[in-house]
Amino acid sequence: MSLIFAIFLPIIIALVIPFLFKKVSNIHTGWFVLLVPLVLVFFYGTYIPTVMDGNTYIEELSWVPSLDISLVSYIDGLSLLFSLLITGIGALVVLYSIFYLDKEKEKLGNFYVYLLLFMSAMLGVVQSDHLISLYFFWELTSISSFLLIGYWYTKDRSRFGALKSMMITVFGGLMMLGGFVLLGIMGETFSIRELIDQAPILVGHEFFVWALVLVLIGAFTKSAQFPFYIWLPDAMEAPTPVSAYLHSATMVKAGLYLVARFTPIFALSEVWVWLVTGVGLLTLFWGSVFAVKQTDLKAILAFSTVSQLGLIMSLLGIGSISYHVTGTLVTTFTIATFAAIFHLMNHATFKGSLFMIAGIVDHETGTRDIRKLGGLMSLMPISFTIAMIGSFSMAGIPLFNGFLSKEMFLDATLSLQHFNVHSLESWWILFPTVAWIASVFTFVYSLYFVFHTFRGKHKPELLPKKAHEAPWGMLVSPSILAILVIVIFFVPNYFSSLFIKPAVAAIQPLAYQVPADIGFKIKAWHGFDSPALYMTLGVFLIGFILYKTIDKWAPVYERIPAKISLNRFYNGLMNLSDKGANRLSSSYMTGSIRSYLIYMFAALIILLALTMWIKNAFVMDLTNLAPIKFFEVLISLILIISTVTILVTKSRLTAIIALGAVGYTVALFYIIFKAPDLALTQLVIETVSVALFLGAFYHLPKMNKYEKGKEDRRFRLNNFLIALGVGIMVTLIAIASHSQKLVESISGYYKETVYSEAGGGNIVNVILVDYRGFDTLFEIGVLTIASLGIIGMITVQLAKKKGDRKVEDK
Amino acid sequence: MEILMSILIGFLFMAAVYLILSRSLLRIIIGTGLLSHGTHLLLLTMGGLGGESAPVLAEGITDYADPLPQALILTAIVISFGVTAFSLVLAYRAYKVVGTDNMDLMKGNEDND
Amino acid sequence: MKTNDLIIQTTTKVVFFIIFLFSIHIFFAGHYTPGGGFVGGLVMSSAIVLLMLAFDLKTVQDMLPVNYTVITAIGLIISLLTAAGSIFFNVPFFTHVYDYFNLPLLGETSIHTAMFFDTGVYLVVVGVTMNIIQMIGGDE
Repeated sequence: MSLIFAIFLPIIIALVIPFLFKKVSNIHTGWFVLLVPLVLVFFYGTYIPTVMDGNTYIEELSWVPSLDISLVSYIDGLSLLFSLLITGIGALVVLYSIFYLDKEKEKLGNFYVYLLLFMSAMLGVVQSDHLISLYFFWELTSISSFLLIGYWYTKDRSRFGALKSMMITVFGGLMMLGGFVLLGIMGETFSIRELIDQAPILVGHEFFVWALVLVLIGAFTKSAQFPFYIWLPDAMEAPTPVSAYLHSATMVKAGLYLVARFTPIFALSEVWVWLVTGVGLLTLFWGSVFAVKQTDLKAILAFSTVSQLGLIMSLLGIGSISYHVTGTLVTTFTIATFAAIFHLMNHATFKGSLFMIAGIVDHETGTRDIRKLGGLMSLMPISFTIAMIGSFSMAGIPLFNGFLSKEMFLDATLSLQHFNVHSLESWWILFPTVAWIASVFTFVYSLYFVFHTFRGKHKPELLPKKAHEAPWGMLVSPSILAILVIVIFFVPNYFSSLFIKPAVAAIQPLAYQVPADIGFKIKAWHGFDSPALYMTLGVFLIGFILYKTIDKWAPVYERIPAKISLNRFYNGLMNLSDKGANRLSSSYMTGSIRSYLIYMFAALIILLALTMWIKNAFVMDLTNLAPIKFFEVLISLILIISTVTILVTKSRLTAIIALGAVGYTVALFYIIFKAPDLALTQLVIETVSVALFLGAFYHLPKMNKYEKGKEDRRFRLNNFLIALGVGIMVTLIAIASHSQKLVESISGYYKETVYSEAGGGNIVNVILVDYRGFDTLFEIGVLTIASLGIIGMITVQLAKKKGDRKVEDK
Repeated sequence: MEILMSILIGFLFMAAVYLILSRSLLRIIIGTGLLSHGTHLLLLTMGGLGGESAPVLAEGITDYADPLPQALILTAIVISFGVTAFSLVLAYRAYKVVGTDNMDLMKGNEDND
Repeated sequence: MKTNDLIIQTTTKVVFFIIFLFSIHIFFAGHYTPGGGFVGGLVMSSAIVLLMLAFDLKTVQDMLPVNYTVITAIGLIISLLTAAGSIFFNVPFFTHVYDYFNLPLLGETSIHTAMFFDTGVYLVVVGVTMNIIQMIGGDE
């Protein structure tokens, strides 16, 4: 199977899903869908042994050759790890969803199409080497996330959440596109690999910092970093399998992927280091503190995801310091990158299982409100066990993989003391402190999540359903993840050499040629002299005390004024743009044809005048003029008099006859200017037209002049000025166009060939039916349509249908 | 002659635009009629007015009027007839249904689009 | 539009046929001298309009019981088929051919495919114009 085909496999399968859902109703559609990630996970699995040794694979498919845009699938350690996560977690989530979503009640066709669309998009993001195709897939993940959050589109909250996530992530995506374009301009290539090679040159470019910031905004919005995280809690309206998949394990990690992928380019700038580290730590802190405030199980998990993403982000930031140091310090800081990838993997396992448990609790009790839950331990023992494993890992308690990566994280923040630039001096201590406080809160909300749900007093009267253990099928996926949580703790170095080291080697290509060069091992025990050990012990102690006293201090949250919340800011902004857009468009879309005509005429005047002025196009050539005869002047006078009559008359009849007079004088002009066909046609058509007007006379409104009074003087003046402008412009154009013939007229060709080629004598008629027969064909088509329209208007009684709706005269 | 025609065409356009911008339906329709007359003459003038003979082949004549604008105008005349007829019917049907021919009142309001 | 003017009615009956023949002439002459499908069709319609003015709508409809929509459709089809016919001879859409024939009575005449196309135009113009007039005049 080709790599590019593998990316598109889910989309291809998605095409047949709606039919399967319709036709095969007795088998849950999910079972068919499940095959896709299963096949893919084995497919990508076959790459592990070679990628472990530092090999990379590349496959290219030209997409828009004229713009040099191609789909490039590039497999190295980093993209392979993500591909495996996407397909592996994807398989578990699909399996879980089979039991979570009822095949009778839910529109599974839609659901799985969106899910497969997402899978393709996400694989595309992590494997694209071309910036533009990366952007394309990136936005596709936003769109599929939008569709999945809004899956229960009848709920207001779902639609709101879907829109919010879309607004924020697409905003970030556009920023990112800007950054990509800048990168493309700087490096004259859109290939990430080539840009990495040029990184030392790029860093001095004036656009470099701009590109960096723009790309980071993209990453921060996607990975729900402060202050863009607000969409993630609202995204929890999605069905739980989606939350587990997109909003904790994969899509929100796309931002982390982006940061990791661009580290070799941007890490050369210190702005990158401080932005990534700082925003990451702030997000970690913010998310963990506010997670404790939440009462909805999934909201707790959402904030915890925000905070964990911040943790990984800050680790990536610290890891990028390795580009600024030399000697043994490179290894010291690379450990941070290593820890980032390790924690990313761990987070996918424990958070995935926790989301699934939250879904099970919701499914089996009918509520996710933690205030109503409690004492489920004896009713749902397996769920409880899994939840405990997941939470303890999240809290960083030994025997679970979270402990290992959390320890490495604390170590990494401490290592900042070795990075002495910009008079950081003693300020570095701020970073471990923030990290430590955040860890305490993480510990608190982890315990809060599991124990408030499963222990304490059971309150069956508050639950919409009678609680009982979930069916086995729903428990399979979280169980697998929970088992992984424990297995990784015991054999971390095995996983490290399989996944983490190749990924780290991809992020730090300068320091490590092959993954095997990365020497360090993951250890659970660092000895008594390790400061991280004491920090961890402190976390446990303070965390436990805080957890026990949670009811005493939790009311503090109530005192935070709601005015300064980011959500309020977002809502205000959306409201403002809504109203602003409304006001703007209603300011010029008046619904009156007159306004639109004025725009058109004004544009006509201005554009033509400008063009004439700029291009110096007005030329008056008096040499080649036809002579003026008395007769012609006479006809002109008649024409002017008839036109003036139309303008001033108050009677319909006079106006119609005057219009006819104009038509007949025009016909006279045709005769003078040697156009017999036109004259004939004009004469006949004028006759028919006058008959037409007279025929409709009976039905026509009076020739009202609504603009008579003094108050309408301005109105008339405006009209007159515009009309005068148009008149003058047309005159100028007529003169100018007559005075300069820029190209030879095609008429010569017609004159020469009309007899020899077309066998006719009347050139005008031959042009109509032969040379330009197409025009005539369409013209009679238009005529037919006009007559059918008239028949329609007259025979179909609109008035009866709509009732007698009359506009009251003001 | 071309200069005189240009001015005449400008005058026709001016009158047509003035009529089109007014509030009364009938005046708008008459305005479109005038506008098409103006356009036809404009096309003709642009091609030059100095032909010796009509564009019909005849022995011994070489200086024909330009046939291309004439063909274009012929098409335009017939089309503008169709358009005039259509807008005429549209106008009086609208007048019948809505009960006014004042464009300002016909444009609809907040709850009656 | 009820009129009972005897002079107009009697004259019209004669004039109608003159105009009708004129329209046929103008149509056939169109390829060499001024005229053609558009003008021919319009002249034809104006003849019918004249009838309508002299008598009234109802009488004219009884005299000429034609459905003008059908006429329009036939015209459109003729034009389209003439244009499309060329593709069966492996030449581009809208390629016309002509040749000279020696017909009895008329002598040497040329026959054009363009003329068939023009016939379609003629019919469409008559159909459309009459439809419009009839609709507007007949609407109470």
